[in-house]
Amino acid sequence: MFDAAEVKRLAHLARIAVDDTTAANLGGELDTIMKMVDELKAAEVEGVEPMAHPLALSQRLRADAVTEAPERDLYQQNAPDTVAGVYRVPRVIDRS
Amino acid sequence: MSDWEPVIGLEIHAQLLTKSKIFSAASTRFGAEPNTNACLVDLGYPGVLPVLNREAVRLAVRFGLAIGAEIAPRSVFARKNYFYPDLPKGYQISQYERPVVKGGKLTIRLDDETEKTVNLTRAHLEEDAGKSLHENFPDATGIDLNRAGVPLLEIVSEPELRSAAEAVAYMKAIHTLVRYIGICDGNMQEGSLRCDANVSIHKPGEPFGTRAELKNLNSFRFVEQAIEYEIERQAEVLESGGTVVQETRLYDPDHHETHSMRAKEEANDYRYFPDPDLLPLEIAPDFVEEVRATLPELPDAKRERFQSGYGLSAYDAAVLTAERELADYYEAVVAALGGEAKLAANWVMGELAAALNREGLVITASRLEARALAGLIRRIVDGTISGKIAKDVFEAMWQGEGDADEVIGKRGLKQISDPDALAKIVDEVIAANPAQLEQYRAGKEKLLGYFVGQVMKATKGKANPAEVNRLLKQKLGG
Repeated sequence: MFDAAEVKRLAHLARIAVDDTTAANLGGELDTIMKMVDELKAAEVEGVEPMAHPLALSQRLRADAVTEAPERDLYQQNAPDTVAGVYRVPRVIDRS
Repeated sequence: MSDWEPVIGLEIHAQLLTKSKIFSAASTRFGAEPNTNACLVDLGYPGVLPVLNREAVRLAVRFGLAIGAEIAPRSVFARKNYFYPDLPKGYQISQYERPVVKGGKLTIRLDDETEKTVNLTRAHLEEDAGKSLHENFPDATGIDLNRAGVPLLEIVSEPELRSAAEAVAYMKAIHTLVRYIGICDGNMQEGSLRCDANVSIHKPGEPFGTRAELKNLNSFRFVEQAIEYEIERQAEVLESGGTVVQETRLYDPDHHETHSMRAKEEANDYRYFPDPDLLPLEIAPDFVEEVRATLPELPDAKRERFQSGYGLSAYDAAVLTAERELADYYEAVVAALGGEAKLAANWVMGELAAALNREGLVITASRLEARALAGLIRRIVDGTISGKIAKDVFEAMWQGEGDADEVIGKRGLKQISDPDALAKIVDEVIAANPAQLEQYRAGKEKLLGYFVGQVMKATKGKANPAEVNRLLKQKLGG
């Protein structure tokens, strides 16, 4: 059962802003989804290879060649804040 | 406190030597201007697709074969989800349940010459994240994404290491191996080879304790110091009745201690799932055999051959095979000499290594080619110069004064071996030291050294020492 606190915790992990009203409603919806997951879990999969991809194809490989030109100025036009070619973000605290 | 047994496993990230990134065609060149090596794929722009670099796969297979591991005919890329500003997509493409390399083992050698075989769990391909710059930005963090998407091979050992010294020996063995097989330049300062250590302690016979993960140990010394500190810290915690918390800790080399970085319990759920943008990687047996055919002689095999083939000690063989280029140089010296393997080893590990060290040069940048060093050693062997004089000749050659024969000729260093010429000098020395002669004949035989010294002084060190000894013993005996 997903109570509001559990929904809030998941929202925090996914960095999604969820207000209290939405959190209360989402709990029920998630329960429904988990019921379906439980049904899936009941399927007999003994000896079945796990499927990594729906297509029965394998990965194409690329030759090791540099074909991308440096386009920093162009790409950084979308960034909210840059300085001297570096993206500037709020301070990341690593240590406790 | 001594009855705690450490249990250590290492995760080593080796940057693979490719020109372009693992999933994009952007450059991997070190030292580029910030963010100039980051293309749309590396930046995680919408609508882009990763395409796997064949060379990264080849290098991973090369490593797998070198450690006798299984190369998975089919492996899968997965998304490891977490939030950090240097990870633009919000996930790192890695391999989880199905890595490309499974198992394998490596023999390590400890300082006391004992050997230990360490089993590897796996090695998998993944992309590197960007770099966070914490200095120079007041109240902000700078992000350089040049490293984002650089191919890494994460090499995971079983928790079979039992001391900091074993961990360092293992890391050195990996460092040597990846350079031998040419998959990584091993440059730890530039971050090409990085190490995380999982450390726990327990009483032998009891279950393993809770482990802490030590991050980013970027030198052999830090690996050793950080693990030693951590073992002691955990022992103190447990002995004072506390419990070890599972967490990530960062080593601080300035204060010789580790700090908690962030509690792992919650954030540690990476919600791995197969990356829908990438199909399973299939490696055909032909491809594996092709790679196998290009493997060079591996460090262990080379070391054994140096011992059995050249009659070197275990220590000498280990030193000379620590780097492939050094081993090649040594073999070139021996080949040019047509033998004298031990003498050649002494010179390569002695004078040459000292000169290289003094100037911070690697062997491939040596000012003396293998053939030139062989030329010098040949003159010791044929008695033209003594080993002592040879050191001066070496120095002159190192300074660019020419080859051995030129230096010997120019400086008049040719050894005096002619018995008649030496006999004359010996007679003169004896005649000039009647008091010492009397004492010698009265039984003070260690004065022989004094006479040898006098002869050497008279000949400016050029007298053949063996011949001088022989003549002195003969003449002093009266």
